[in-house]
Amino acid sequence: MTKTHEHDRPHLEQADWDPVEAQEIIAPFARLKGGLMEALHGLQQAFGYVPRQSYDLLADAFNLSRAEVYGVKSFYHDFRDTPAGHHVIEVCQAESCQAMGSRGLTTHVQKMLGIELGETSHDGHFTLKAVYCLGNCAVSPNITFDGKMHGRVTEDKFDKLMQRTAGLAKKGENA
Amino acid sequence: MSDLMTLYVPLDSTALAMGADEVVLAIMTEAAARHLDVEVIRNGSWGMSWLEPLVEVVTDKGRMAYGNVTPEEVPGLFDAGFLTGGEHALGLGLTAEIEYLKSQDRLTFARCGLIEALSLEDYRAHGGFKGLEKALKMLPQAIVDQVTASGLRGRGGAAFPTGIKWNTVLGAEADQKYICCNADEGDSGTFADRILMEGDPYCLIEGMIIAGLAVGATEGYIYLRSEYPLCRDILHEALIEARDAGWLGADIRGSGKAFDIEVRMGAGSYVCGEETAMLNSLEGKRGMVRAKPPLPALEGLFGQPTVVNNVLSLASVPIIMDQGADFYKNYGMGRSRGTIAFQLAGNIARGGLVEKAFGLPLREMIDGYGGGTDSGRPIKAVQVGGPLGAYLAEGDLDLPLDYEAFSAAGAVLGHGGIVVFDDTVDMAAQAKFAFDFCVEESCGKCTPCRIGSVRGAELIEKIQAGQAVDDNLALVKDLCDVMDSGSLCAMGGMTPIPVLSAMDKWPADFRKDGVEK
Repeated sequence: MTKTHEHDRPHLEQADWDPVEAQEIIAPFARLKGGLMEALHGLQQAFGYVPRQSYDLLADAFNLSRAEVYGVKSFYHDFRDTPAGHHVIEVCQAESCQAMGSRGLTTHVQKMLGIELGETSHDGHFTLKAVYCLGNCAVSPNITFDGKMHGRVTEDKFDKLMQRTAGLAKKGENA
Repeated sequence: MSDLMTLYVPLDSTALAMGADEVVLAIMTEAAARHLDVEVIRNGSWGMSWLEPLVEVVTDKGRMAYGNVTPEEVPGLFDAGFLTGGEHALGLGLTAEIEYLKSQDRLTFARCGLIEALSLEDYRAHGGFKGLEKALKMLPQAIVDQVTASGLRGRGGAAFPTGIKWNTVLGAEADQKYICCNADEGDSGTFADRILMEGDPYCLIEGMIIAGLAVGATEGYIYLRSEYPLCRDILHEALIEARDAGWLGADIRGSGKAFDIEVRMGAGSYVCGEETAMLNSLEGKRGMVRAKPPLPALEGLFGQPTVVNNVLSLASVPIIMDQGADFYKNYGMGRSRGTIAFQLAGNIARGGLVEKAFGLPLREMIDGYGGGTDSGRPIKAVQVGGPLGAYLAEGDLDLPLDYEAFSAAGAVLGHGGIVVFDDTVDMAAQAKFAFDFCVEESCGKCTPCRIGSVRGAELIEKIQAGQAVDDNLALVKDLCDVMDSGSLCAMGGMTPIPVLSAMDKWPADFRKDGVEK
């Protein structure tokens, strides 16, 4: 996969950096005991990722160094450095789903999207992520598609989901 | 308009993942077209996950169940008169008579599936807050003693006696103490915490309030994994309702006692299920484990005495306070008292939640409740107790489900997750995954776990490629010994368990081509 600049990828899910908005998000959490995690969640929700420009603001608000802020941000799988694709797909990689064929399903999904786990497609349409257990293990294998969980996912069921998404996108364009 | 008909369709994550919302929409649409007056109540899941979405109708005989309902089946169900319990291919008869459910010992999960998840009124009508009402009239030491006498042990997996932990916190002198609920249910094959939080959230809240009264803590936190967004929404709503009704806040139901709860979200880190890593994460830091001592009971959250308990440990407390210690203790075997929520997962025909007294043989759980593999092929391996649990072979399945019996067999009962694999599984690949998972999730604080996991994954790769197999197998064993003895916490300390059990029991899987390269 070739790396491109974020602004060359038109379908990424991101809001423009806005220091005033960022400050508004951070401020209430700065008064909360141990609020840095919540602030990071808040920033990612607003901007689609945790922008580098927010480290200074976080460091000030929580009385930490920039390095400490980055240390916390980078420890957790959820916090992104860059925007995600327009659609985010997570495929569970844990044992229960393995027992029901998640390895094969993962290969299928990677082929279909043309990207590996942890990557975003060149056009910014799709981000594919590994997830370790969605707590839906009685109906494995499981994926999430734009935050909605689907159980007992076969290759065929995944293809239908993709077709439905493509259909909705077409409808949107004609609207 | 006809009489009002009542249906139950779960709002639980499994039901939603299998299309419950679409089914509700189809039911409402069909009812409107037929000029029928129906109301749909959103309950939690009964835990019969393989039947989701499980639709129930209230009839004069009781609640009748229809399993695996899809939107396409809805018109046919109406045609069959399912609103009055009519016969249909999806019909399962009376919910309460379904053998899977009927034969369980539902203590902690007594209300899951039965009640409207977010209705305080329904909760109270089914015994809710009775335990708390008794606790409000008791001295802290008496509450702690009752929990100790019940024999309850930590349901998160470590199985430490809950009452003893509480007693330490009660005895600690401090201006501020905390109750932290560990809702970071990260083990693959486990979902009991989630089912409880989604299906009976007030039960957890009640357990936490009782814990607060017992040890003199006024603040509680629920550390919830980010993979459970629906739990977050349900807990938020339940906390607001409970606060409005005076069960939380500065003066609980006029008792003069204070307790309140906040939900905090994790951010995708398995190791944050380890109690000290969780406390660091709650403090807004990297989720690194802490060396013990000091124990969290003495120096926990923000350096204060803290009770850290799993969701199910806390949710078991209300019934212990309401029915008494002896009632709870009369279930179980040996030193494993009460009930535990087993979760059947992986390649299993009837996956779901089974709350049972300790002592049932594993085989009975897998065959009797689970109905064997989903693929119909023979069982090859069963992993119990999450990703750090041992892989058990067919010959091990007569083990009784009991903490000590599992320990003696070098296995782990843990949080009660049971993941079944059929004979297509490659155990070398599973051993490799155990190391890979440790690479992915190690907090990095101690060397055996941080470096050992990477080297272990490399060694298994070499073995899979047939390179110096004997030497590399010996090296893996040696590495596992170092990780076992030298790691700070269970992440590095227990990763060897699945690896070594796979190597010991399925040696042929590690010698694919039988050729030394």
